[in-house]
Parts: sequence; structure tokens; C-alpha cells
Amino acid sequence: MANVIETDGLGKRYVIGASMAQRSGLRELLASPLRALKGRGTSAGDNVHWALRDVSLRVGEGERIGLIGRNGAGKSTLLKLLARITHPTTGRIRIAGRVASLLEVGTGFHPELSGRENIYLNAALLGMSARDVARRFDAIVAFAEIGRYLDTAVKHYSSGMYMRLAFAVAAHVETDILLVDEVLAVGDANFQRKCLNAMGDAAAAGRTVVLVSHRMNAITSLCDRVVMLSEGSVVLDSRDVRHAVRQYLVRDDDALRGAWYAAADAPARDGVRLLAFYISDADGRPVEGVRANDDDSLINVEFELKSVDSALKLGYALYADSGELLYWSFCKDGPASDWPTLKRGRNVLSSALPKRLLNEGEYRLELIAGFHYRSWIAQPDHDAPSIVLEIQGGLSDSPLWLERRAGLLAPDLPWACREP
Amino acid sequence: MPEACGAKRGVAEISAGERGTLDSAFWCELWSFREAFRVLVWRAVRVRYKQTAVGIAWVVLRPLMLVAVLTLIFGVLAGLRETGPTPYTLLVLGGVLGWQFFSLVLTEAANSLVANAQIIGKVYCPRVLFPASVLAAGMLDLLLTLLIFVPLMLWYGFLPGWQVLLLPLGLVLLAAMTLGAGLWAAALNVRYRDFGILIPFVLQLGFFVSPVAYPLSVVPVAWQWLYELNPMVGVLELLRWCLLGGDIAGLSVAVAWSVVFALVALVSGLRYFHRAERDFADIV
Repeated sequence: MANVIETDGLGKRYVIGASMAQRSGLRELLASPLRALKGRGTSAGDNVHWALRDVSLRVGEGERIGLIGRNGAGKSTLLKLLARITHPTTGRIRIAGRVASLLEVGTGFHPELSGRENIYLNAALLGMSARDVARRFDAIVAFAEIGRYLDTAVKHYSSGMYMRLAFAVAAHVETDILLVDEVLAVGDANFQRKCLNAMGDAAAAGRTVVLVSHRMNAITSLCDRVVMLSEGSVVLDSRDVRHAVRQYLVRDDDALRGAWYAAADAPARDGVRLLAFYISDADGRPVEGVRANDDDSLINVEFELKSVDSALKLGYALYADSGELLYWSFCKDGPASDWPTLKRGRNVLSSALPKRLLNEGEYRLELIAGFHYRSWIAQPDHDAPSIVLEIQGGLSDSPLWLERRAGLLAPDLPWACREP
Repeated sequence: MPEACGAKRGVAEISAGERGTLDSAFWCELWSFREAFRVLVWRAVRVRYKQTAVGIAWVVLRPLMLVAVLTLIFGVLAGLRETGPTPYTLLVLGGVLGWQFFSLVLTEAANSLVANAQIIGKVYCPRVLFPASVLAAGMLDLLLTLLIFVPLMLWYGFLPGWQVLLLPLGLVLLAAMTLGAGLWAAALNVRYRDFGILIPFVLQLGFFVSPVAYPLSVVPVAWQWLYELNPMVGVLELLRWCLLGGDIAGLSVAVAWSVVFALVALVSGLRYFHRAERDFADIV
């Protein structure tokens, strides 16, 4: 398998802060024209930030790489370097083949032009010839589902239509390497599935795909290799995708697995200070480690209120090992009369984990807190504290069901025989 | 060129230390983006007059209005009308054509990278495409504007001489000069937005110290050497001569200076632009 992407000691440094503003003024140009024109305005006092450091990668033809890492880990910078949008500060890159990058949908769209015109514009920027576009035009339009709006200026499009059109063009560009950044983060579920399929097709056709995503679901279903970045460096490079994804999810809050506690000086947000998020037994005693599927377990959220606000909503999201969201649950899911009464000061909300619903294995729980339709305190998939729940045993009382079953869930549901 | 590029196609090497040079790889890559260039030119033309009531007619209306005002003020009020055998309106139109092209393209080119920041930050392409597409779109406008000469010359009963065949050369010189200045302006404007403010001002001054509203012959002979240091003098007078005839011998020094200046501006502009373009996405 030939390498289509090779990087050696790749690094990217950004100069940030006040020095940038000074640098971009004419004053400096006049003061030291030669130095400024050569772009060597970086002096020792500049505030520099290494977005990427010493990254050496070998990507073979047809590989489907998932780039994962926290915000600011350098994923997008790496993608931009591979796409040749920015130039490396250190190291070198060698790329064999044509590259299409989809770093943001709607790149190169002009609001005044119609959908039809923008297809040509966008495709040309992505390196497609007019003949190729003409040949695939119908397929692009069909994929985008914009039909009769084809000749409307895109400034009148809904954001969904805009997105679909942009992805449709990118998906139909014939290139050897496809770089994709978080495109799937937007759009409805139906369209997301379509995008996933399109990328799967690209991979099946032998194209090399590098995908940056926070959606572990997309990573596990699309990629055959995971590269994890942290603070600009590669910390994990593995072909065992599920294992890598699990590590990424667990690494999140360091050693804490079954419980999360706020730092002592954690600030309150909008009058709410989250204190703890943990799994306990039926009496509220925190438990660490493995739970059986028929244990009584409570999910607990501890927090402090400066004032009581009726819009406050707390709950948790439950994710499967692979990153798929299983459900959300909130303290205000029932009728208003059943809502727990919160008071000023310290509160502990508990919710019983449904018994014999989950399967054996690891699950991740994310605390969700926010004001209904107003603002987040802890936003899922973003900055929410998360804990890990591991379930072993206790699947069933049946003598016929002794082992882990396939499936995300393994519910023990009631069956009965009724008169025919 | 396409054949020579075939072998290199497909493998890109990028290394941190390399200096941007105008080697064959640069030109090959430019060639491979010809389709994007075509579409960008077409976009510039389409968008400029979209959602305007008169549409493409602006191309002709703008110089016509300028010529009308200049004829009134410089020709009638300032009495420049009686400077020679050529109708003053035609003289002015000959100057306005080249000057308007220069000033519009330079302004738009200077702004072209900033205006396309969204594309530059998300897609790779040789950044030269942006100022170059502005130039090409401006050239299409200029060719359309040339058509105004037909009815006006018929009206004045003025026929152009053989030298009109040299007009394409004059236009090439004008394009080279404009692109050279535009490349410098675009690259500098990314880093120093001051140029966005400076350029309209310089153009405003330039209008008066270039032979736009009056012919070179109006300038006192003793001062012409100083006046001709402005490289636009040679280009504009050359264009005027191609269209309307006159004394070419007296122009030779000015034209030669313009040619030298345009070549230096174009080559140095391209070099500076290419060297600076790798950082555009980071600072634009």
C-alpha cells in the first residue's frame, strides 16, 4: 500500500495577542520596511502558540482516518496544513494525488448567485472541470434535494438547503483524498445519514478519507484508523477504532470514572454551581466500579442554587461505548405536578437507573444542565462533565440467558400468553 | 505547457523552509486551476451588476457620465476645448477608458483577498487567481466600453488611423501595469489594511497628475520631463494615440519608461505576492 500522505516533524506556530495588531500596521512597515516585507516581524516578545508540534504521519492509499481530540488539540490545523491552506512552520508534507477539502460547507458560495451558478463556482474551486460538473450535475442536484430552487439566489436558501447543496458538490468531486471537518455536525438526521453514506462510498471507491469529528459514532462507523491529538501532538494512533474511541471518551476527566466532583473554586454559572455527578447505591452512597444490571443504582447530581429559576433543567445523557446517544433524561420530563422542588442552597437530584435495560459493557453518562431555551450550564458534547458506568452481570434470571447479548440494549421485557 | 506539467501532476511537496519561487511548478499549478480562474472571472462579471436596475449598461454609463462632466468643466469652463484638431470629448474618452480601468481594477484587486477571506481560509488555490480574475473582468468591461467610440466617432466624423491596430499592445501594457500594482496592493493590504485607505486617495491625486481630462500637450514643455515620471502618463498617452493619432515621437520616452515600470512592477509584484501568499490564510 503506497503512502498518499506523509508528514515529517510537522509544526505550526501562530503569533497571537497584541503583537499581531501592531504587526499589521503601516507604522512597522515604515519603521523597518525590509524586515516587515519579508514577514519576519516576529520578535522575541511575541506571544506564540504552537497549534501543532512535530507530527509525523504515514497515511496509506484508501485508509479512512478519524482525527479526534479536544477542542484546540490541533485537528483542524492539521487538516488545514494537509489541504495546503496554511503553510507549516516546521517540517514537511508530501501528498500524492488530488485533494478535496471540505472544511466548512458553503465554501466559495456567493449569496447573489443562484444554486446552479454556485454549483459551478464551488466545483471549480474544489478542482472539478466544467465537463465533469456537467456530467454529474443531475446527481448533485438530486443529492442536494433543492429541485425547483435551483435558479434561486442562494441568499434566499434556508441554512439546510445551503448545507445540502454544499455537501452535494463536495461529495461529487472526484479526488484521491478527501479531507472533511465536522460537516456532519449540522443538518437533520436524515441528511447526516446521507453524508455518512456518501463518505462511505468514497472510501469504498478507494479514496483516502481524513475525517475530523467529535461524533464518535461517525468515527467508529466510517474509519479504520484513529489518530488522537492532544495539545498539538499525536498521542494515539491505532487501527483498533473502538478501543481508541473508548480511550478518548474516558480520558476526558482523567482518573475519575464513576464520579465527578467540581474543583473547589469552580465558579457558578448563572447562579448555578454544579458540585458533583456520581452513581450511587439505593441509599445514595457513591459507588465506584462495576454495577450489575439488576443492582439498584441512582444517578445523582449535586448543585448549589443562588436563586430558584423555574426554567432550570437538569438531567443526563447516556451514551453507548461506541459513542451513540441512547437517551436523554431530565428532572422535568413528567407532568409539572411531579417535578422535584428545588430550593436555594444545596440540592441533590437523584434518578433511578432503569434496571435490566442496558447491556453488559461500558456506558458514558454526561451531565446536562441549562435553562430551558435560554442558555447552557453544562452542554452535552461540549463542556459537560461525564462519568463512566460499567455493567457486568445481572442480565437476567432466566436459566436460558447467561451471556452478553448483541445489541446496545439488553432489556428484560415482560412476555405473556393470552387467549387467541 | 499542459504536456510539460503532466509528469509533475499529483505529487505536492510542501516544506516549512522553502521560499516561494516562480518556478515551473508555480506555473503548472496555475495552469491546472484555469477552470477556477474562468469561473472567478465569470463570477466577478455576474455579481457586479446583479440586482442593479440598469445592469450591464453601467459599464458604458459610468465612463459616459464622467466624460460628460469633464467635457463641461475642463473643456467648456476651463477652455481646454481649443487645444488641437481632435474633438475634446474624444480626447477625454481616450483618457478616461484607461484611467477608469486602472483605478477600478487596482481598487478591487487590493480588496480581492480580503473580500475572499472566507474562501482563502477554507480552500486551497493559487491566491493570484483573485487579483487576476479582477483584472480579467475589468478587461472585459474595458472592451465593451471601447464600443462607445463607434457612435461618437461617427458623430464627430473622426476616423481612427492605422495606429488603431496597435491598440492591443497598448492594452497589454495597461494590463501589465495594473496587475503589477494590483498584486503589490493586494498582498500588502492583507497585512496592512492601511493600503485600503491609502489607495483611493492616491488614485484621486493620480487622476489630476495623469493625462486623463487633458492631453500631455497641455503641460508646459519645460515641465514635461517631471510630469512624465508618473508611469501612467506613457500608458494613457499611448492608448490615446492608438485611438486618435497625433505625435508619437514626442511620446517615446514616456512610453519606454512606462514599459520598464510595468515590467518591474509585474515581476516584483508576482514575486512578492507568491512569497507572501502562504501566510494569507493565517492573517487575512
